[in-house]
This record gives sequence, structure tokens and C-alpha cells, in this order.
Amino acid sequence: MTVPHWSPFGTGPLTWRITDLSASALDVSSVWPGPPPPDGTASLGSGAGVRVCVVDSGVEPDHPWVGGLHAAYTVDADGGDGLRIVPDGLGDTCGHGTACAGIIRSVAPDCELTSVRVLGSSLSGTGEALLAGLRWAVEERFDVINMSLSTPKRDFALRLHDLADRAYFAGSLLVASAHNLRIESYPWRFSSVLSVGSHSLADPLHLVYNPEPPVEFFARGVDVPVAWSDGGTRRCTGNSFATPHVAGMCARILSSYPGLEPFQVKNMLYLTAANVRSVP
Amino acid sequence: MNRHDFIAAALAADDDARQQRLVRSVVQAARGVFGAQACSVLAHDPDTDELVFEAVSGAGEDHLVGSRFAAGRGIAGWVLLSGETMIVDDLSGSPVFDREIAESTRYVPRAIMAAPLLDGDRVLGVMEVLDRGEEHRESLRVLDWLGLFAAQATQALALVQHTRQARRALRGEQADLSEVVLVAEAFTALPLDRRAASRRLLRAVADSMAAGG
Repeated sequence: MTVPHWSPFGTGPLTWRITDLSASALDVSSVWPGPPPPDGTASLGSGAGVRVCVVDSGVEPDHPWVGGLHAAYTVDADGGDGLRIVPDGLGDTCGHGTACAGIIRSVAPDCELTSVRVLGSSLSGTGEALLAGLRWAVEERFDVINMSLSTPKRDFALRLHDLADRAYFAGSLLVASAHNLRIESYPWRFSSVLSVGSHSLADPLHLVYNPEPPVEFFARGVDVPVAWSDGGTRRCTGNSFATPHVAGMCARILSSYPGLEPFQVKNMLYLTAANVRSVP
Repeated sequence: MNRHDFIAAALAADDDARQQRLVRSVVQAARGVFGAQACSVLAHDPDTDELVFEAVSGAGEDHLVGSRFAAGRGIAGWVLLSGETMIVDDLSGSPVFDREIAESTRYVPRAIMAAPLLDGDRVLGVMEVLDRGEEHRESLRVLDWLGLFAAQATQALALVQHTRQARRALRGEQADLSEVVLVAEAFTALPLDRRAASRRLLRAVADSMAAGG
């Protein structure tokens, strides 16, 4: 039987076993673990040096709550040879992506924001554009990828699962919204992502760990003031708007503790969640 | 639907008023529970990529049913495209809210809730609730209620669409089965005591057709 050869992005072949436990390549220097911040993520960094990608309907770069974009891209199908990622000057076709970007900026004001538009305008919303945009974000190794979208199409589940695993092993935190209806959809359902639902408190840094996953964390998602296209604002409710709060928290953690792996960031979120207490 | 179900539904589909009343009853119930100014079900027409008002309760109920707009527009368009629920308040704070659509419906809402009508992994359309009551303003429970009504509306809309599809196959343009309707209508018009001979005749026709004759 042939064992399939698989390479993660930009690295050598997958290591199937270890033969030299003294190898220097095994040395890992970590800025954490240590005591969790006593006041949750509130005392952590501002997101400086952390690259965050918003996979959504695009982002209005001039909205004051967005505070500028590093770059904007979209999925282009016009080339005739499959989908490709190209620079995008269309902004936001709906407002949803701008809302998410503004929330991330409010939580992690100094992070670097990039947008990849996968819905709206000529994009049909079949899921192929979503997959292409997410694949690009994973290949670009963003530190945090905000995905306030999901698809119930099982045809896409396997490919999304593969992408979610690739993101996890490449050190990218994929922060994904649970669907607002009680249905199965993807990629939030996968354990390699960080899945988010809503609580109704108004505190943007109040995080609750869910002891009964698959939804792992709850953040502010009710009546959230958000940026919208063309400088407007709205108040929105739903998991779409809870997710960027957690993406922003991840950016804060990574700006204080650069280089943490996704499972470490998830653990720090767990340790700083309002409902997690140490047993004396 | 399998072929037998399809023909049965089609033969029963002389009039889709009953199914439309079912959809309408869902939007009426949702509007009542949410204390809303209006509630509607919009069906996606994939042939034209438009959203069509299928049922309306409250503002617009006297003129909106049957009217259409491009599916990519507005909050309903986003929900159709993304398959995600959306609750947006303070619409007046946004200059991009698609007022053209809202004004064409002769009602400009301050708040909107919209949920996809998900039939498996297909989005059949969108359910919209405009200007819900204040008691439902800041609650996550409203999402659950919206989901329940959307699930009901999905089943009702799927029934309407199946029936229309079946009727088109029987009676519309390029109707493959229009003769079947004629035979069924002629058969059911017969007195009961004269049906046995017709049944034997129809069985012989069916056997002949099955044999390639």
C-alpha cells in the first residue's frame, strides 16, 4: 500500500515518527504558558503586529470604525481557468464584512486588517468562492482568519475540513461563526477551528467557554453597534458579530504572546473565560 | 418526489390556493408572535434570479404578493446568498440600506430580521420580519423563534413549489403528461358503476405501452 505524501504549506514532508529525541529541532521556546492574565484579555496587547484576514462580503476601507485596510482582495472567475485571487476595489457589497472588520478593530485597534471578498457582486455564493478565498487566506498564513460565514452544503464539508486542518497546522487561527439556526454547517463544526456563538451581555470582552461544544465560546452578539458600508452604522444581532469579537481577542493575545500555536491561544481563551474558575 | 408522488401531487393540484393559505398562515403567525408591522416569505426564482413575494402579512399584504426584485439586492439578497440569518436594527443610521426596494414596497422599516428558508442544503427563499415589537428587541430567543417559523415556512414553500412544478409538467408549456390529465379527468367523471371497464381498458393501454407498443 502506498502511503500518500503530504506537505503542509512551505515546509518539508510530514513527519510520521521521531527517531532522535535529542535533536535540536525539537527545542521549542514558548512565551507562554504562564499565569493567565488576571483580567482576561483586557490587559493584553492592542493587536500590533498581528495579521487578521476577514473572509466575507468585502470591507469598506474608509469607514472610520474600520480604521483602514492593509489590502483588499476578491475571488475572480473571469479568467476562465478556475478561481483566482485578485486585488479588489469594490469595497463591501453588503455591509456584513465591514461590520466584522469594525468589531475586530474595536477590540484590537492596532492589528493589520486584510479583506478577501467571497460573496456579493458577480460571486454566486455557491461556496466555491468561499473555499477559494479561505484557501488563499490559509496559504497566506494570516495569524487570525475571521469567518462569519458557513455553508450547509455537505459537498464542501470535506474540502473545508482539509482547509481548517491546514490552517491549524500552519499556525493560523480560523475563528468561525456557528450558524444562527440550529443546523449543521461548516466550517464552525470542526474541532480545528475556534467556533463562536452569541451571549447577550454588552461587554465586548466578556467571553464564555461552552462546556458542551461544538460551539466552543460565546461572545457579544446581541444589539451590537457596527460599521456598515458608506460610513453608516447599524445595530446587529447574531453569531456573525460575536465571532469578530473573539477574532479581536485572539489578535490581542498574539500581540502579547507572538508565535503561540492555535491550541495555545484557544487554551488562553479558555483560561480567561468569565465562567472558568480554578479549583482550590 | 418519486414519479408516483409527482403525478399524485400534480393531479391534486387543480388549485394551489390551499398551499398558499398555508404559507400565509405561517407569516400571519410569525407577525403575531413578534408583534411586527409586517412579515413575508420571499421565494427565489432561479430562472430569473429574483426574489418573489409569496406571502405577506401586515404592511403590503394588499399589493406585494407576486412582485419581484433582483435577488442580489438588499438584506434579503444577502441572506439568500450567504444562507445566514440577519437581524439589523437602526436602519435609518445607514445610507446604504436599500431604500429603493423598501420604498417600492411602500413601507420603509426601522428594523429587519431575515432568515434563510433552508431545505437541506438548498436555500428556497427568505423570511423577513419588519419592525418587531420592542419586547423582542434585545433577545437571543428571537433567533430561535425566527428559526422555528423559517422552518415552517420552508416546508410550506417547498409544498407550493413541488405542486407548481408538477402542475407545469402536466398542464403548462411542454407538458409531458397533459394526456394523463385528460384521462384522469375523464375517468373520475365516470359514474362508479361504469369504472370497471374503463379500468381494464386503461390497464391494457398501460401494458401495451410498457411492452413498447
